[in-house]
Amino acid sequence: MAVTQLPTSGEPTRSRRAKGVNWKALQPYLLSAPQTLVFLLFLVIPIAAIVVVSFWNFNGFAMFPGFTLNNYLGIFTSKVYLATYLNTFKFAFLVWLVCLSISYPVAYFLSFHIKNPKLQTIWFLICTVPFLTSNIIRMISWIPFLGREGLINQALMGLGLTKQPIEIFLFSDFSVVLAMVHLYALFMVAPIFNSMIRIDRNLVSAAEDAGASPFQIQKEIIVPLAAPGIAIGSIFVVTLVMGEFATMRIMSGGKSSSVGYLIKNQLDSLQYPLAAANAIVLLIITLTIVFAILRAVDIRKEL
Amino acid sequence: MAEKKKKPLSYYLLAGFFGLFVLFLYGPMFAVFLLSLQGPEGQLTFPMRGFSFYWIGAVFGQQRVGNFVEAFWRSLTLGLIVMVVTVVFSVMAGLAFRRRFAGSNLIFYLTISSLIVPSILVSLGIGIVFGLVGIDNQWYSSALAGHLTWTLPFAFLIMLGIFGRFNPAYEEAARDLGASEMTTFWQIVFPMIASSVVGVGLLGFTLSYDEFTRTSLISGETNTLPLEIFGMTTNVTSPTLYALGTITTIFSFLLIGVALFVIQYLSNRQSKSKQG
Repeated sequence: MAVTQLPTSGEPTRSRRAKGVNWKALQPYLLSAPQTLVFLLFLVIPIAAIVVVSFWNFNGFAMFPGFTLNNYLGIFTSKVYLATYLNTFKFAFLVWLVCLSISYPVAYFLSFHIKNPKLQTIWFLICTVPFLTSNIIRMISWIPFLGREGLINQALMGLGLTKQPIEIFLFSDFSVVLAMVHLYALFMVAPIFNSMIRIDRNLVSAAEDAGASPFQIQKEIIVPLAAPGIAIGSIFVVTLVMGEFATMRIMSGGKSSSVGYLIKNQLDSLQYPLAAANAIVLLIITLTIVFAILRAVDIRKEL
Repeated sequence: MAEKKKKPLSYYLLAGFFGLFVLFLYGPMFAVFLLSLQGPEGQLTFPMRGFSFYWIGAVFGQQRVGNFVEAFWRSLTLGLIVMVVTVVFSVMAGLAFRRRFAGSNLIFYLTISSLIVPSILVSLGIGIVFGLVGIDNQWYSSALAGHLTWTLPFAFLIMLGIFGRFNPAYEEAARDLGASEMTTFWQIVFPMIASSVVGVGLLGFTLSYDEFTRTSLISGETNTLPLEIFGMTTNVTSPTLYALGTITTIFSFLLIGVALFVIQYLSNRQSKSKQG
């Protein structure tokens, strides 16, 4: 069928007309140009701008081009900043841990115990739908449960377990983690589910026939083969939590801080260079975590 | 189906766990539904005080703080723009990525990196660049830019998946019969990917409609709906907040329903025409 063929190897054969060869070579670039341009203009250049501005000077009203390391020195020498960074790590770690321990069994149940593909899709969609609704509303929806007069306290007092309403449920670390897990669990469930449904069921049967215990099957077969999904989910959850501030603000009642929240506050008081320096430190830390995950797990076959 | 074996205990334990997870996802939502339907003396917590549509109505009335209706139209318009741009750009990129080309890896990683960069940086960076260039921060300028950095990577990954499963034989047949590139795309390729494109559109719209962090620093003087609701959380202490939640959630559900219906319709039509 193909008369003239491009020299690319392993490609499906396509017929080409000789006069269109140049156009053909250009075609992928023209087609991917709009999307690439979006990322150059609105991702690469902005981050470059943040890097530049992070070395600028500022006073209470404006910023000035220049070169100073003071913004960075301020971050590394301040106890308040250090505590904020540690707090952000703490939440990233806790949310990641809880998301993983919930998502793994959920994904496993969906992929291994629901055998009917149609039911599998329906249940997966049921899990997905809440994630397509407003994040802020989903945070607020915990208030009737967690507040001083919330359902949990009403239940505890009704059962006589406590006389005073317990204050720690809302506006605490607990509520922040709970809300974040509620918001981001799907980002963990979906990639793990995606890895697990591709696992060859014969491997599991063979292991069972050879006398492997359920624990051994998990450890030797399922976990290693689901690892790319776990890695992708972890990257999602960690980066989402690292850049967060709305959940932190609403669910901690302003008591707890994160780097994102810090950046937002610095911008509100027009300290752009300081906010930029914090943003760059945050970016470097996040990328380090991501690369550490990528070094540990090869995700290429998932992409 | 191989249902002869008795289900092991682990099935029931995991099914129970899965049930709790679904309850965890939907429980708070239903609590908000119920509380938004209270009488005029309703509070933020249970028990429900009466039953009425008072608070639902209050959302559309004059607010002391915030303006839901205007913010809603802004978010709706922005979401539709983001949806169209996302679909067009990601389908184009998906077409390009059916073959490897010099630089394709670079473009791939550039796109993926947009998911990994903490959202607050995107917002901050676009704000700084627009400020330096002298473009006003508005929901239709800087916020649109921020939203595209969030929707395009997801759409792109999905398009890669769709074209990865795509059988090129149909297009080749069309070309061999002398169809032009454009004709081949609109007559052959597009109908085959149409149902997936609807899915990508839905995702693009909802990601934009709900986007908060990437918009937070760059929406200008006016707010998108999530920013408006965020502002209200600190000021509003009446069930209006819940009513607002109920309305936006029902809107999202309607949208998902319509999209699923269209997807089902398109894929049915496609499989029929394949058989015919």
